[in-house]
Amino acid sequence: MTKRQTKKQNQNSAAVLWRFLRGSKAYFILGVTFAVIGSLFELIIPRITGYTVDSVIGQGDGKISSFAANIINRLGGAEALRDNLFVVALAIATLGLLAALCKYLFRVSNAKGAETLVKNMHNMIFAHIQSLPFSWHMKNRTGDIIQRCTSDTNTVKRFVADQLTTVVRATIRLGLSLAFMISTNAKLSIIPIVIIPIIIGYSTYFHNRIAKHFLTCDENEGILSNIAQENLTGVRVVRAFGRENYEKEKFATQNKKYTGLWIRLLKFLTAYWASGDLVTGLLVMLVLVFGTKMCVAGSMTQGDLIAFISYNAMIIWPVRMLGRVISEMSKAGVSIKRIAYIIESKEEKDPENALTPAMTGDVKFEKVSFGYDEEHELLHEIDLTIKSGTTCGILGTTGSGKSTLVHLLDRLYPLPSGRITVGGMDIAEMKASHLRKNIAVVLQEPFLFSGTIKENIAMGLPDYLAEKEVDRRIEEAIDIACLRETIESFDKGLETFVGERGVTLSGGQKQRLAIARTVVQNAPIMVFDDSLSAVDTETDAKIRNALLKKMKGTTSIIISHRITTLMHADQIVVLDHGRIAESGKHEELLKQNGLYARIYAIQSMKEGEDA
Amino acid sequence: MKAKKEKTASLPFFGIPKLFPFLKKYASAFILMLLMGALGSAIDIILPLFQRYAINNFIAKETLVGLGWFVVLYCLTLGVQIVANVIATFRASCIEMWIDRDLRSACFNHLQTLSFSYFNQNSVGYIHSRVMSDTGNIGALVSWSFMDCIWHLSYIIGAAVVMFSLNARLAIIVLAVVPLLAIAIAFFQKKLTNLNREVREANSRITGNFNEGIVGAKTIKTLVAEEKVKRHFGEESQRMYKVSVGASRFRGLFWTVISFASYLALALVLWQGGVITLDGVLELGTLSVFITYAVGIMEPVLWIVDAISELIATRVNIERVSKLLETKSDVVDSEEVIEKYGDNFSPKRENWEELHGDIEFRDVSFQYPDGTETVLEHFNLKIPKGTNVAIVGETGAGKSTLVNLVCRFYEPTTGEYLIDGRPAKERSQLWLHSNIGYVLQTPHLFSGTIEENLKYGRPDATEEQMWEALRCVSAEDLVKKMENGLGSEVGEGGDLLSTGEKQLISFARAILADPKILVLDEATSSVDTMTEQIIQNAMKEVIKGRTAFTIAHRLSTIRDADIILVVQDGKIVERGTHKELLALRGAYYRLYMRQYEEESVEKGFSQREAQ
Repeated sequence: MTKRQTKKQNQNSAAVLWRFLRGSKAYFILGVTFAVIGSLFELIIPRITGYTVDSVIGQGDGKISSFAANIINRLGGAEALRDNLFVVALAIATLGLLAALCKYLFRVSNAKGAETLVKNMHNMIFAHIQSLPFSWHMKNRTGDIIQRCTSDTNTVKRFVADQLTTVVRATIRLGLSLAFMISTNAKLSIIPIVIIPIIIGYSTYFHNRIAKHFLTCDENEGILSNIAQENLTGVRVVRAFGRENYEKEKFATQNKKYTGLWIRLLKFLTAYWASGDLVTGLLVMLVLVFGTKMCVAGSMTQGDLIAFISYNAMIIWPVRMLGRVISEMSKAGVSIKRIAYIIESKEEKDPENALTPAMTGDVKFEKVSFGYDEEHELLHEIDLTIKSGTTCGILGTTGSGKSTLVHLLDRLYPLPSGRITVGGMDIAEMKASHLRKNIAVVLQEPFLFSGTIKENIAMGLPDYLAEKEVDRRIEEAIDIACLRETIESFDKGLETFVGERGVTLSGGQKQRLAIARTVVQNAPIMVFDDSLSAVDTETDAKIRNALLKKMKGTTSIIISHRITTLMHADQIVVLDHGRIAESGKHEELLKQNGLYARIYAIQSMKEGEDA
Repeated sequence: MKAKKEKTASLPFFGIPKLFPFLKKYASAFILMLLMGALGSAIDIILPLFQRYAINNFIAKETLVGLGWFVVLYCLTLGVQIVANVIATFRASCIEMWIDRDLRSACFNHLQTLSFSYFNQNSVGYIHSRVMSDTGNIGALVSWSFMDCIWHLSYIIGAAVVMFSLNARLAIIVLAVVPLLAIAIAFFQKKLTNLNREVREANSRITGNFNEGIVGAKTIKTLVAEEKVKRHFGEESQRMYKVSVGASRFRGLFWTVISFASYLALALVLWQGGVITLDGVLELGTLSVFITYAVGIMEPVLWIVDAISELIATRVNIERVSKLLETKSDVVDSEEVIEKYGDNFSPKRENWEELHGDIEFRDVSFQYPDGTETVLEHFNLKIPKGTNVAIVGETGAGKSTLVNLVCRFYEPTTGEYLIDGRPAKERSQLWLHSNIGYVLQTPHLFSGTIEENLKYGRPDATEEQMWEALRCVSAEDLVKKMENGLGSEVGEGGDLLSTGEKQLISFARAILADPKILVLDEATSSVDTMTEQIIQNAMKEVIKGRTAFTIAHRLSTIRDADIILVVQDGKIVERGTHKELLALRGAYYRLYMRQYEEESVEKGFSQREAQ
C-alpha cells in the first residue's frame, strides 16, 4: 500500500468516526470539563494542608494567593483558625466533596457519551445492513459481520470513552499538577519535570514493543481454543478413530506453548513494572531529600514540602497510565476500518423517479439470463408470460434455477441481461419496496423471527393498519394456512414465542406460518417457492383450495415437485438446466409425452410399485 | 441448548479445598509469593516514616547531619521493596499460568474419557467454556486475588499498628472510617453485580438482533419489513443505553463515595491532629505521616472487598470445573480389560485380537442415561460380517441409537452386545473404535492439511494409500486441482472446503483407516446428485467384506441394503428388505411415498438423459 492510500484510508476512518460521534461529542467534552474542575478542587487541598501546617499549626508564613489571604483575613486570620481548626477540616471536606461530585459528573457524562456513541453506531450499522443489496449478504459471512457489529464497535467505544478521554484528562491533570508544583516551589519542580518525560517515553516505547508479544499470546490462545473446539465438535470422530491420546498430546503441546508465551510476556511486564516502581520511588525520594535540604536551608517551608509531596503523589497515576494508553490506542484504527467496510458498502438504490405502478398486469420474463458468478450461467434466455390473475406452476430438479427465478422477480439480484415486466413496466424502474410489497413470496427456507406467532405473521403488514384490521387479517390467514389447530395446541395461542428462544416448530408448521405471513399481505402477485413440501398431501390440497377462494384475481406462481400441487395451474412450466423444456396446461403436457408426462407417470404409478 | 438453571450446591470455603490437589505442586511458590507480598506491603508502610523522620529530625532541628545515611537507607529499603515486589508478582503470574494450564489439561483429558451422554446433555459451547474460561478465572483467583488480599490486608494491619504506636487517638479516627467504608463497598458491589448482569443480557440481545437482521435478510427484504426490524432494533439499543448508563451512574456513585471517604479522613486527621499538635502532643512530621495513611488506607479497603467478591464470583467456576472432573463415564473398561488391552491413552496394541466383523444384539434393552423412555426393548439382531444394515426414519426420530450401541458410545441397559461372538465388554473401547470407520452427516475436519486429516484414522498411511482412498470416493481430481495437493490447508473446521468436498474427504479418511465396521451417518446428504451417484457406486465396492451401518434420510440410497431398520419416535418399528417393507404398507411405505415426488422428478429427468 502506498503512503497516499494509507493517508486516505486514515482520513476515511476519521470521517466515519466523526459521523458516529454525532450526538455524543458534547457529553465527552462536558465529562472532561468536569474532570478538570474536579482535579482543580483536589489540587487546592494540598495547598490548604500546607498552609495549615505552616501558618496555623506552625508559626511561619505559609504561601497563599491573595484571594485565599482575603478569605482567611475575613475569618479572623491564622490565629482565629488556630482556635477553630474545624474550619480547615470543613474546607477540606467541602473541597473533597466537590471534587468527588465532579468525578461523579465526569463518570456519568462520559458514560452517557459512550453509550450514545454505541447506540448510534449500532443503529447506523443495523440500518445500513438492512439497506444493503442481497448480493452483499450472500458475499459476506454472518459470523464475521456480527463480529464487526459487536466487538469492533466495543473497541471503538473504548477508544473514545476510555482511552481518548483518559489521555486528555491525564494530560490536563498532569499540566495542572505541575503548575501547582511550580507555584509551590519552582526549583524543586525540576526533579519531576526531568523524570516525567522519561517515564512516559519509556512506557510508550515498552508497550509498543510488547504489543506483538500480546498478539502472539492472543493468536496462540486462539489456536488452543480451536483445538478444544474441534475436539468437542468432532468428539465422535475422535472416539471412532480412537485418537484420544493424539488429541491429548496435541492439546498438551499447545497448552504448554501458550503458557510459556504468557510467562515470557509476564517476565517482561514484571521487569517493566519494577523499573516503573524504581523510577517513581526515586522520584519520591529525590523530592523528599532535596525538599528537606531546602527546608533546612530555609528556602522552603515545611508546609510547602508537605504540599509538594502530595502533588508529587498525584502525578504518579497519570504518568504511569499515559504510556500504556497511548500505545493501546493504535488498535482502534483496525476496528474503525472493519466497521467502515460495512458502512461504506453501497446501498441498494432505487432508480431516480422510481415508479410505483399498479401491479395487476401480466408478469413477463423476457430473455432473462442469470448466473451467481460469471462462469456458471444458471438461467438461459428465459421467456415466460404469466397472464394476470392466472396460476403458473413450475417443475424442475434441484438446482435447475427455480428459486433464482423468484429472486429475480423480487429484484433480490439485479438482472444482467433481459428484462422482467409487470403490466408492461420494467421492474428495474420500480421502487424496490413497492415491488416487494406487491409480490408476496413464501421462501423455500422461511426464517422465523424470535417473537410471538402473532408478531411473526404481522411482520408482513404495513404499519398504518388499524389494530382491528390487523387482527381480522391474521385470523383469516391462519385459517387459509391451516394453522388454527397448531396454534390452539399451544397454551399461549397466538402469543406463543417462536424462534431462537421459543418453541421449536416442525418443518411443516414453519412452512404454514410462512404462508400465513405471506397471505396477510393481500398482494396482487403471490409466489410459493416449494413451500408445501413438508406438508402432507391433504393439508396441501386444503391450503390450495382456501387460497384459490381468497385470491380470485391474484397472479400466482407455484414451485413444487408434487404434480398434484401443480396440475390445476393455468400454465405449467418444466425447467431443465436453466431452460424451459416444456410448458402448457396439464392435459397438453401429458399429450406431449415428454418429461412432465413421465414424472406424472412415475408419481401416479407409485401405488403399483409395491405390488 | 437452553440455558439450564445451574444448581449452586455451594461448596464449603468457596470451593477452594477442591483446588488443593492442583495447588499442592506449587506450594513453595505460593508461600514465597505470600511472604514477598507481605514484605513489599510492609515497606509501603515504612516509607512514609522516612518522611516523618526527615521533617522531625532534619527540618525541625535544622540540620543535615546524617542525610547521607538517610539516603542510603531509603535506597536500600526501596531496593528491597522492588525485589520483593518482582518476586511476588512474578510468582503470582507463574502460579496463575501454571494452575490455568494444569486445570485446562485436566479438563481436556477428562473429557476424552467421558461417554456420549455427557456430550448430548451439554452443548459444545458450554463444555468449551469450562475448559477455556472457567479455568482462567480460577487461576487468576488463586494467584492475584490472594495476592491482593495479602498485600492490602497487611498494609491495613501494618498501618494500623504504626498509627496506634504513634498516636492512638488519631489512629482510631482514621480506622473508624474503614469498617463504614467496607460495608458501603460491599453494598455497592452486590448491586453492581446485578446491574452488570443486566448490561450483559441487554448486550446479548443486541447481538441476537444483529444475527436476525443478517441471517434473516432475505426474508426481511421479501416482506419489506426493514422499517419494522429497524424500529425493533432501535428499541433494543435504547434499552441497552438505559441499562448501561444506569449501571455507570451507580458505579460513579461508588467511586465518589470512596474518594470522598478518603478526603473526610484527611479532614478529620488535620482537625484533630492539628489540635493535638498545637498542644504539643504530636510532632509535625508525625502529623504528615497520618495524612499519608488517611489518604492511602482507603484504596486497600476497596481492593480487599473486590478480592472477596471475586472469591464469591469464582466459586461458580470452581464448582463447574470440579463437577466436570468428577463426572464419571457411562462406559468404563473394567480393570482386567485395561490390564490386557490398555486404556484410552496408552493402548497395548500387541495384545489386540483382530476384529472379524460379526455383530450380535442379544435381548438388548436400552434407555438413554438422561432419558425416561426405553428406546430398545428386548432387541435381538444378528449381523454377520459383511452385512449392510440401513437405518431410516424422519429427522429426529432417533436413528443414531443403534449406531451408538454398535460403537459402544453407550452400553445396553440390559442384555448383551457381542462382537465376534464375545461380549463387547471383554475388549477395550479403543480396540473397537480403532476398527470402526465413521462418516458423519455434518462432516467434521480438523484444521490442518488434507493429508493430516486423511491420516487421522491411520497415522502411518503412505501417499499411495491416500490417493487410493481419494480415488475410491472420486475425490482424486478435487485434491489434485488444489494448489498444494495433499498439503493444502482445509481451514478452521474445514471451512475452506464446500460441504460436499468436506464430505468426500471425511469419506476418504474413513476408508483409509480400513475399518472392519463402517458407519455412514447420512453420509451423502450434502453432495449434489451427480456426486452422490459417484459415491454410491464407490461405496458398493468399499462396503464389500465390511459390516456397514448406513443411517439415511434419502431412501433411494439404501434400497439395496441387506436389512433395513425403520425408526419412529426413537423405537425400531419395522425391519426387513426394501421389498418386504413396502409390502407391509406401514411406516416405511409412508416415508417412501413422501419422498417419492421429489425423487420422481429427478428420476424423470435422468431417465430422459439416459435415452
